[in-house]
Amino acid sequence: MPRAPASLRLLVNGEVRTLPAPATVADLVRELGLQPAQVAVERNQQLVRRAEQSTTPLADGDRLEVVTFFGGG
Amino acid sequence: MPIRAAAAAPRRLHLVLATPLIDDLRVTPTVDPPLVLGKHTFTSRLFLGTGKYPSMESMVAALAASGTQCVTVAVRRMQLGAPQGKTLLDYLPRERYALLPNTAGCFDAEHAIRTAMLGRELGISEMVKLEVLGDPDTLLPDPVGTLEAAKALVKDGFTVLCYTSDDPVLARRLEDAGVTAVMPAGAPIGSGQGILNPNNIRIILERAKVPVIVDAGVGTASDVTIAFELGAVGVLLNTGVALAQDPVRMARAMKAAAEAGRDAFLAGRIPKKLYATASSPTTGIIAGE
Repeated sequence: MPRAPASLRLLVNGEVRTLPAPATVADLVRELGLQPAQVAVERNQQLVRRAEQSTTPLADGDRLEVVTFFGGG
Repeated sequence: MPIRAAAAAPRRLHLVLATPLIDDLRVTPTVDPPLVLGKHTFTSRLFLGTGKYPSMESMVAALAASGTQCVTVAVRRMQLGAPQGKTLLDYLPRERYALLPNTAGCFDAEHAIRTAMLGRELGISEMVKLEVLGDPDTLLPDPVGTLEAAKALVKDGFTVLCYTSDDPVLARRLEDAGVTAVMPAGAPIGSGQGILNPNNIRIILERAKVPVIVDAGVGTASDVTIAFELGAVGVLLNTGVALAQDPVRMARAMKAAAEAGRDAFLAGRIPKKLYATASSPTTGIIAGE
């Protein structure tokens, strides 16, 4: 059985980031220094609801989008 | 046509006249019921964007001057590593403004649907301004992608306010798909060209059973008035205010224009005629030669 990697290589908003394994989406949000209420997160093009962020594990190679509101029309 | 229904006790206006005998004449203006979109009720019929203002302060002041109760916002990537200062939401008190997240910048249905989902998560609001664009230069909507995304979002419980071209057939298709409002463009986004094809807007208005909001193209106050005079129940604009030399003053002008146009529509304009009809009596004219 292959061992889980000690760290996770993630693509967050198009940038490579590493996070110690294991980690959840909530861990990532905290690591980025963001307020959970101010962001919405997509993991591999699937929305991760706020209530589920702390129970959604991250996997090596995950692509994440962390978004918020900006001015727009 | 519920537009003339008296929804609340009519306000009484005192008409000031020079003649003492009718000095106490009171007139009852038509009461305009609020605009209902999904779970939301708006007494202001202006929808303002929050982009492109010279500063947050001018945006805040312009929104207040416009009287809007609903503002559009864009969903974009968080700038990671940047110091976390005030966010847009800190300037938009929720008790004052309903948030209308948009899907601006999405060029296919799937992208727009994902963006709408993220916006709903951020805004805790089921409203979305759906836009699926078909061309980066004109920013004209992609009709096929727009319809596809509209169907999916309606099914998922969104209150879809749908940006579309001024095509009456597509407007009907979107209505059939269950959108809450159709929002035909007066002119391309940010172009300030006004309402280029009022006839198409009229046809959409005559046939639509859902609210029609003119979205995009507003350059100045008279464009807003024309939209309301045609019968639009709302107007959504951004650039016309945000990039005006004085955004706050322009916002105030837009508010007055909206009220003027809506009142003129409710009042019922006279038909246009080719020949003159005298306003003064045509009899009793003193003798000539």
